Amino acid sequence: MSSTEQIQTRPQTPGLAMLRTLGGVAMLSGLLVVLAFQFTQPLIEENKRIAIEQAVSRVIPGVVSKRDFILGAEGLFAADAPGAKGEKIYAAYNGDGKLQGIALEAAATGYQDVIRILYGYNQDCQCVTGIKVLKMAETPGLGDKIAFDPEFLKNFEALDGRLNGQKSGLENPIVTVKHGGKREQWEIDSISGATISSKAIGRMINASGQRMFPLIIQHLDELRSGREN
Amino acid sequence: MSVLPNKQEKVTLDTFMRGLWEENPVFVMLLGLCPVLAVTNSTMNAIAMGLATLFVLVASSTLVSLLRKMIPKQVRIATYIIIIATFVTIVDYVIQAISLDLYNALGAFIQLIVVNCVILGRAEAYASKQKLGAAVVNAFGMGTGFTIALLCLGTVRELLGAGTILGVQIFSSNFEPWVVMILPPGGFFVLGAWLLLFDYLKQRKEQKLLSAEGAVANGS
Repeated sequence: MSSTEQIQTRPQTPGLAMLRTLGGVAMLSGLLVVLAFQFTQPLIEENKRIAIEQAVSRVIPGVVSKRDFILGAEGLFAADAPGAKGEKIYAAYNGDGKLQGIALEAAATGYQDVIRILYGYNQDCQCVTGIKVLKMAETPGLGDKIAFDPEFLKNFEALDGRLNGQKSGLENPIVTVKHGGKREQWEIDSISGATISSKAIGRMINASGQRMFPLIIQHLDELRSGREN
Repeated sequence: MSVLPNKQEKVTLDTFMRGLWEENPVFVMLLGLCPVLAVTNSTMNAIAMGLATLFVLVASSTLVSLLRKMIPKQVRIATYIIIIATFVTIVDYVIQAISLDLYNALGAFIQLIVVNCVILGRAEAYASKQKLGAAVVNAFGMGTGFTIALLCLGTVRELLGAGTILGVQIFSSNFEPWVVMILPPGGFFVLGAWLLLFDYLKQRKEQKLLSAEGAVANGS
């Protein structure tokens, strides 16, 4: 059999039909995805906003309104200010517009993946007032207790975060101690069976506090008035 | 050139019911076990995952069945994957719009519905050969069967592993949860137990049929 005959006997590949089908299906697919995106995007944005608001009101008691800022070494900026460098913080006010506390985000690697939390800081007692886990992949039944174990969450009702004399960092670093070993106000009693996850929480609050609490105290007047410089 | 339709099936109750019992994707065909084992640590996750899969299954089967005469067989798998991926993306957005907590709980398994072999299997083995009605009804049956299977695992695992169902406390607070049940090994234990039960029921049914036949033969 010659090669030309071989080519003729082979079934032809319908190039045009393949192009038409794949092209058509891809276009249809694109259209559907864009439509779904358009319809759901406002709802998703709203959900994210509500989630943050709920988290802020959980970590700071008595919140009525909040304002978003960016706080860094260069100063305090409005959240939407272009080119502002720093971390996003949420200043929470009560009905009379009095500053109730600041909510900050912190993150550290836990047992499985990065744990992200939002925690509240009260400028008057210079202490942490509550935490809420935003994202984690800790082991269900063990590490994930950091999100809801009442005994563990009690640690953060008045966790000492006082500044040192030079106001450059914490007087006492926040540390996680063995289960049942909490003696001082700046210590976190870990959950037995979830030591790594508990330690991650202590580590992230300490790192974030060492960096951010001095800046918050420095910019306290602006935060109290609700105006950035 | 399209995938030639072989025998067209008439839509009957059996077209739907097969997916629930006789050809249950999880308990009989053992397909799509990755999400079955991974997200069934609570009833809520199982329901959400089941419904998401059901939607993708029905929507993709509809489109595949409608386009069955236009899809050249050389590019059929690629076309099915595009169709399935489209509906998975839509489900992904919808779940985010419904609840972010649920979305975080299901994690990557929403996106992984794309590679769930139940769906591609239905498109290839059934929807691409059958008329729209039969394809939709069959996909609905399979999706329901998949959801029921996920629920079977999810409720048992949540009940034993946390003492709750849908977050409602069922056992008294004296009950010490079997944490292993909501960890990955628990998925295997519970799936194994359900498969054992299904197989036992099937064998008993067959034995009954055999003995009935024997009785008829002896009686005649």
